[in-house]
Order: sequence, then structure tokens, then C-alpha cells
Amino acid sequence: MAEPETSSRFLKLLPGPLRRPGTPQNGTGNLIDSAKEAPADLLGWVDERTGGSSQMTAMLFRKVPKGTNWFYTLGSATLFAFIAQALTGVFLAMYYTPSATQAYESIVHLTQDVFLGEFVRGMHLWGASVMVILVFLHMARTFFFGAYKYPRELQWVIGVVLLILTMTMAFTGYLLRFDQRAFWATVVGTNINGTGPLVGPFLSDFLRGGAEFGPTTLPRFYAIHMLLVPGAIIAMIGAHLKLVMTLGTTAPPWLRADEASKARDLRTEKVTTSLNGGSSDAEEVNEV
Amino acid sequence: MNRAEKEAYLREYEVLKKKGKPFFPYAVAKDSAMALIVVLVIVLMSLILGTEQGPKADPTTTTFVPRPDWYFFFLFELLRIIKPYQLVPIATIGVPTICMVLLISLPFFDRGPERRPERRPVASSAGCLTIIAMAFLTYVGASAGPPTEIDLATKPELEAGKNVVLSSGCLGCHVIGDNGNHGPGPELTEIGVRRSAAAIERSLRVGPDLMPSYSNLDADQFDDLVAYVSSLRGEDEEATNGE
Ligand code: HEC
Ligand code: HEM
Repeated sequence: MAEPETSSRFLKLLPGPLRRPGTPQNGTGNLIDSAKEAPADLLGWVDERTGGSSQMTAMLFRKVPKGTNWFYTLGSATLFAFIAQALTGVFLAMYYTPSATQAYESIVHLTQDVFLGEFVRGMHLWGASVMVILVFLHMARTFFFGAYKYPRELQWVIGVVLLILTMTMAFTGYLLRFDQRAFWATVVGTNINGTGPLVGPFLSDFLRGGAEFGPTTLPRFYAIHMLLVPGAIIAMIGAHLKLVMTLGTTAPPWLRADEASKARDLRTEKVTTSLNGGSSDAEEVNEV
Repeated sequence: MNRAEKEAYLREYEVLKKKGKPFFPYAVAKDSAMALIVVLVIVLMSLILGTEQGPKADPTTTTFVPRPDWYFFFLFELLRIIKPYQLVPIATIGVPTICMVLLISLPFFDRGPERRPERRPVASSAGCLTIIAMAFLTYVGASAGPPTEIDLATKPELEAGKNVVLSSGCLGCHVIGDNGNHGPGPELTEIGVRRSAAAIERSLRVGPDLMPSYSNLDADQFDDLVAYVSSLRGEDEEATNGE
């Protein structure tokens, strides 16, 4: 478990009972050092009270391989796009009426009368496009970097499931707008599902709530769009991220260990060990 | 990868990881910057592009063009490209299913130890081709405007039916004369020769395959529609030359 030895200004901000016993009260570390240690301190405090498992600490201070670049942010960017969709979606749900007779009017009301309604609806609408693009970019990154190979095969499989779920969100969300274009496109879309072998007809009957587009179709799409699929996506993202923690992210495929260590040796000769205040702790955590 | 290769990979990864930097604050900083960009882009798009909403969905009116959101343009385009309409289920269900199966099983058939894209020529070119194909299909799908004209000469008493056809999006899936899309439905230019009015009426009522049913139209419109469609006998009209 991480027990930072140096004191932290952050800790002094906490009321007495929250400070860890035995933490020095007056330190000499500068503000940057303190800031670096603040999460560790806070997590240490939580750890002490939740059974001491230092998973959070391990997560924060685990090392990411050398050479990790901006392409590696695409996964978390997708995650943020999803979070943005979830949050804006909650606000839309507060005003939306999932009934064939009122859905359209409730959206018009939201767009025209509600404070910031159009803005939030716009964020959800365009956020969907952004998320779809990001999922594909992230997939392209892991594909071209060969990240789907041993030992991350399952990571990839879960990713494909996430891709399918994301496209399902896009498909089911389109109908909720309930204008002519969306309605008829969805009629055609569910008919297309129906031409599939074996499960096809059942799938489109399930989506429509019967053999025809009826009054139950819209509530079904609504439930699927805001409960079923998001639930599945959250579970899958959880599994996906758990694997990122356990396996770590790949190093860029061009990097070789020996060259890397050479480059590192060169650099450590020049750079002093100023960074090591926080990371020596992390090194220990990493070994656990 | 055989066992030795797997162990070599893990060993190498271990070294690279040790040489790396801690997730916090280095990766967290990059991820946060990226998150900020994502949110900014979404906010700007919402402010600049706003929202859109067409007329209310109405199963009994016919002014629609069945057009999906842009993410599915590539599928819709695929539908149009596959010409013989008997193959439509293959395009709509087969191609996406095959793609998904290939995607899921990718790590199980591509198991070589090499990870550099320039040394995986097959995988990399397949990846690039897929991207180009999807981008192309999406572009074509986006620029295909909804067809709103029929150039075939029409007898005055059939104009009403023609207008129903025009406003019902038939041309999104069918060709009539020089207008409309090839597929997913069969060409209708000479449908009156091939099918009886009764058969056409049945098709329009049932909505075979992926075609929507038009039985919700009001009776007059429906009759006009049937009358017009069964009057289509390509060879009578001088305007029918573009095949
Ligand atoms: C979403 C695409 C789509 C739309 C829109 C559409 N159709 Fe179709 N249509 C099809 C497909 C696909 C078939 C072939 C079905 C089959 O053979 O199983 C078809 C078949 C037909 C047939 C039967 C052809 C034959 O050879 O028997 C007629 C007639 C027809 N459509 C007329 C129309 C008319 C009129 C409209 C507009 C009111 C229309 N369609 C709109 C896709 C569409
Ligand atoms: C909702 C959608 C998704 C989210 C939120 C998500 C999130 C993430 C995150 C945060 C990472 C960490 C590393 C990085 O960002 O590159 C990651 C890694 C990974 N993801 Fe995803 N992902 C999603 C979809 C996908 C899809 C569609 C695929 C591919 C089919 C995929 C395959 C992978 C693989 C193979 C890794 C490991 C990369 C490596 O170790 O270098 N993910 N994902």
C-alpha cells in the first residue's frame, strides 16, 4: 500500500480527524509535489477505511508503456463521449413522452420552450455522431497497432460488442425524434432486420412489438434506447476497462525493448531524479 | 504465436512498461485534454448546427423519403449497389453479418507475432480498403438526393397517382424510366407488363420484403397509386431509353 513519506499541503487542509495518524504536520515540499501526492493521500485515506485494498492507487500509478502517444487517448475520448450522451440523455428524458401521439410534440416543446432545451438536444444529437466516429477511430488505432493480438484478444472481442451496441444506440435513437424521415427509415430498417435468416423475423417483431409498426413500437424503442442498451454498454465498458487495468495498454508496435532502454539510459544521465518523489511509491505499488 | 513468442512478447512488454511513466499524471493529462476537446466539439456543433426536426411522423401521409441517419448510409448504399433485388437480403443481412463475424474472430485467425502495420501487408491493406470503401459508400449515400421527378410522359388522369408515387419515396428504392435508384427494389418502368393490377395492389398492401406497406394510405390515394403503377408499360413511352 502506498504510504507517501513526505508531507502534503493538501493533508493540512483536511480537518484533524481526516488526517492519517502519524502524518507530519509541517512539511517542506513545494506546491507541485503536494499536488502530485494529493490523490495518493486521499486514496490512502479511503483505502484505510475500505479494507485497504489499494486498487485505486494501483490504477492511478500503474505505469503506461514508453511511447504511449495521442492515439491512445481515443479510447477514453470515446468513454467521455458516452458519458456526455448519458448526461444529456437524462435531461432529454425529463421532457420526452414516449408515446406515438405525444413524442413529437414533447420534442417540439423541449426545443422551443425549455430553457437551453435546444442546446442540450443538439449536444445529444451531435454527440451521437461524435461517439460513432470516435469508436471507429479507436478501433482503427487498435487494429493498425496490432493491439488485438495476444494477450488482448478478449479486449478486442468486447470492443466489437461495444461497436455493435453503439450502432444499436444510433439506430434506436433515430426513431425517437418521430418525424417522417426517421419514422419511415425505421420502418425500412426493421423490415431489413426481418429479411435476416432464422432470428430475423423474431428480431423485427421484437423491435416493433408485433408484425406491424404499432402504438407499442415507440415505447419499445425508447426502453431499448435508454435502459437496455446503455446498461449493456456500461457493463461492457466496465469489462473493457478492467482488462485495460489488468493487461495494460500496448506499447507502440515500433518500439523495441532494447532500444527503449538505451534511450532511457541516455536520458536518465541528463535528468536528475527530481521526478521520483511520487513514482518510487508507484514502483512498489506496481509490483503488487 | 507460439509459446516462445508469447513469452518473448510478455518479457519485452514488461521492460517497456517499466520504462514508461505512471498513468497519473501523464496519461491522465492527455486524456483530460482530449476529453475537453470532445466536449468542446460537441458544444460547438450543437451551437452552430442546432437541431433538426421534420414534419411529424404520420403513417397515413406519404411525404417521406426513407433515409437513415448518416451512420447507416453505407448500408443503404450497399442496398442500392446490389442490383438483382433477389440478392437484397444478402446485402442487408449477409454483408454486415460476415463483417461482424470477421471482426470478432480477427484475433483468432490473425495470430502472428508481428505488430507493425507496415510488416502486416495483408491486414493493413484490408484495413485501408475497408476504410476507403466505407467512406466512399457513405459519401455516395450522402450525396444521393431524394429523387422527386418522373420524366416519363403521363396521361392526365394518372397525374394523381404519379404524385402519390413521387411523395411516397418509391424512387428511393425503384427505378421508373430514367429516375430513381437501382435497387433495392426491382425496376418498375415496365411493371404493368410483368404484373397484373391485382398483383401490384397486393404488393403495395403487403409491402413485400423490406418495402413498407402502403395500406395506410387513404382509399382514393391508394387507388390512384395502383392505377398509375399498373399503367407503367415502358415501351409505349418515348421517354424510356436510358437503361
Ligand atoms: C425501402 C425500399 C422500397 C420502397 C420505398 C418501395 N419499394 Fe417497392 N419493392 C421494394 C423491394 C425490395 C421489392 C422486392 C420485394 C420482393 O420481391 O420480395 C419491391 C417490390 C415492389 C413491387 C413488386 C414488383 C414485382 O416485380 O412484383 C411493386 C409493384 C412495388 N415494389 C412498387 C412500389 C411502389 C409503388 C412504391 C411507392 C409507393 C414502392 N414500391 C416503394 C422496395 C421498396
Ligand atoms: C464504447 C466504446 C469503447 C470504449 C469506451 C473503449 C475504451 C477503451 C479504453 C479507455 C482503452 C484504453 C487504451 C486506449 O484508450 O487506447 C481501450 C483499449 C482497447 N480497446 Fe476499446 N473502447 C471502446 C470500443 C472498442 C472497440 C469498438 C474496439 C475494437 C473492436 C476496442 C478494442 C480495444 C483494444 C484492442 C484495446 C487495447 C489497446 C491497447 O492495449 O493498446 N474498443 N478501450
